Amino acid sequence: MQITRRHFFRVMGVAGASVAVRPPAGHAWQSKAPPDPYGCLVDLTRCVGCRKCEEACAEVNCLPEPERVNCQCTIFEKDRRPDHDAYTVVNRYYTGKVDEFDKPVPTFAKVQCMHCQDPACVSACIVGALTKDETGTVRYDVTKCIGCRYCMVACPFEIPAYEYHDPITPKVMKCTFCYDRISKQGGVPGCATICPTEAITFGRRDTLLEVAKQRLKNNPARYLPHIYGEKEVGGTSWMYLSGVPFEQVNLPALPETPSPKLSETVQHSLFTYLWSPILLFGVLGGLMAWFNKNDNPPDKGGV
Amino acid sequence: MAHAARPLKRPLWTPGVLVMLVFMFAGALAIIARFTGGIGYVTNLTNARPWGIWVGIDVATGVALAAGGFTTAALAHIFGRHYYEPVTRPALLTAVLGYTFVVIGLLVDIGRSWAIWKPMFYWNFNSVLFEVAMCVMIYLTVLYIEFLPIVAEQFKGRVNLPGILSGLNRLVDGFLQTADRILGKVMWVFIILGVVLSCMHQSSLGSLMLVAPTKLHPLWYTPILPLMFLTSAIAVGYPMVVFETTLATASFKLDSEVKILAPLTKITIFLLGFYLVLKIGDMGVRGTWIYLLDGTYQTNSFVAELLFGVMVPWIMLLFKSVRQSARGVFTAAALIVGGVVLNRINVFIVGYRSPLSENGYFPAPSEILVTLGLIATLMFIYRVVVTYLPVLQAPKEVSS
Repeated sequence: MQITRRHFFRVMGVAGASVAVRPPAGHAWQSKAPPDPYGCLVDLTRCVGCRKCEEACAEVNCLPEPERVNCQCTIFEKDRRPDHDAYTVVNRYYTGKVDEFDKPVPTFAKVQCMHCQDPACVSACIVGALTKDETGTVRYDVTKCIGCRYCMVACPFEIPAYEYHDPITPKVMKCTFCYDRISKQGGVPGCATICPTEAITFGRRDTLLEVAKQRLKNNPARYLPHIYGEKEVGGTSWMYLSGVPFEQVNLPALPETPSPKLSETVQHSLFTYLWSPILLFGVLGGLMAWFNKNDNPPDKGGV
Repeated sequence: MAHAARPLKRPLWTPGVLVMLVFMFAGALAIIARFTGGIGYVTNLTNARPWGIWVGIDVATGVALAAGGFTTAALAHIFGRHYYEPVTRPALLTAVLGYTFVVIGLLVDIGRSWAIWKPMFYWNFNSVLFEVAMCVMIYLTVLYIEFLPIVAEQFKGRVNLPGILSGLNRLVDGFLQTADRILGKVMWVFIILGVVLSCMHQSSLGSLMLVAPTKLHPLWYTPILPLMFLTSAIAVGYPMVVFETTLATASFKLDSEVKILAPLTKITIFLLGFYLVLKIGDMGVRGTWIYLLDGTYQTNSFVAELLFGVMVPWIMLLFKSVRQSARGVFTAAALIVGGVVLNRINVFIVGYRSPLSENGYFPAPSEILVTLGLIATLMFIYRVVVTYLPVLQAPKEVSS
């Protein structure tokens, strides 16, 4: 009798646990991307590496003047990344492309926050200091930030930079999409305003996709048939056209699945309404009562 | 009973403790440097490598190795195996100290330490880290509540604070008396809550990297990473208790508790075996075994973790002769502990790939000193607590 009852409770426990593994019939993961965001289309075949965009960016965002502003040669000898002093940098790449005299042709590529449609950083941020705005901007609110740097771990483009040498009040530094400008009627980001070759086009993301497709159609020999950022990690607000493979200009090959999809699905299927912790508490409580029913009260403390 | 949990009342300032003090002092200097020059001044962290050993070891490994607290509590109190009660106190102390130092490690690591309270008010339910933080915060409180009766047992009725504080004697005693009385009745709630919270955040620590599918080496990046973290935490719980009580009893020259601990190894065979099946099955299902022989340091680190941290100790424990020898049990336990430590380091440091920049990271000397200093402080406090509070089993006549 004793054994069968104990057995029964064990079966119940296992049954409870197996229910616990199955997610409740909730909603499938849905993109939280804004419906009609702004974006920028960067056409690498137009960029001449003048670095005016770096200069404009520094001015608009009150950053230090870019390194060697007027230098368009030696500065390109090192591969640079955006950092706490620069939200955007232009790099030069020799990809093996040559002109008609067999001289290598450089490709210049500007890099900055891509303002993903479903940003990993926004999903990761412990306090919600990073948000995806209706304009498409991924915004940073320093008043909430605790400096855990999980956003930097999460970002597939390796963009957020940190003020590592500020001991008490360091900030995460990244492209602001010139939010204060583009959130106003007719506002355009600093870099897009200044670009002399119109390599950076600002506009609604849907419109930019049309523009990009038109360029690919009109000039198929000039471009690779791929709009980088249309589908990468679920789509980004900044998109690129290029005549050389994107990996060669430091734009990594990425899956089309938005980065936060898996982690958010796992978290929400386990913890919506805290159903699984509550169930586990109940199962353990039942087991505890059962296993200790012949004993004195479980303990007088001291665990 | 000849044996019961008692304060050891041994001399505190042994040579070993003095060595600990040296590390504590060096760590303190490094922490001062961190709060004057910034994280960049003392670490090798970069924009491409935002998390180093302070997260990988101090936080992730610290949490995993504190799992002995909830696994022994579950065994002795929930599943009613009172036989194991002697080891619950040292395991609980390890958990209390472990989690306390996880929080201290976090305070050093996060850029804005003074803002650590902000997640209590700014919630992001999509963030895995938010859930981990909430669980760790509540669990730390639960651990202190679970530990309070041990303090009460020692000082109830004889609170004698020195000097000016003696006016508070009556108040403190009243608090201990009341807390002890109330907690005796409701402790079961906290015991279960501790297990539930542990299951939640032990698994969620594994979910942390799921948001970065392209940045963790495929040998570790798997959708079942949270399950693996939970399983390995549960599996390392008892070996960690074996490991630390063996060290403690050897250090204090107490009777070995291996007699009590030996049956735990049978449970470990099952738990570790399950973890091993998960690891190998996951490799088979996702086809990641193709990386195994590519000779990179990441793959080698994975092989070391799986071979010496899981397979070897698991096979060792299958032998009755190993299970019955104190040395054998300790060796197997140490390997399992080492395997879980290496696993956490692998997931957060070795397996982490910065997609665009140079991948190299090795902790700076001052970064290592902070970690060593925190571990030394933890061990020092452990020693102080077992000296003055009834945690370890000691025969009565030893107290002098």
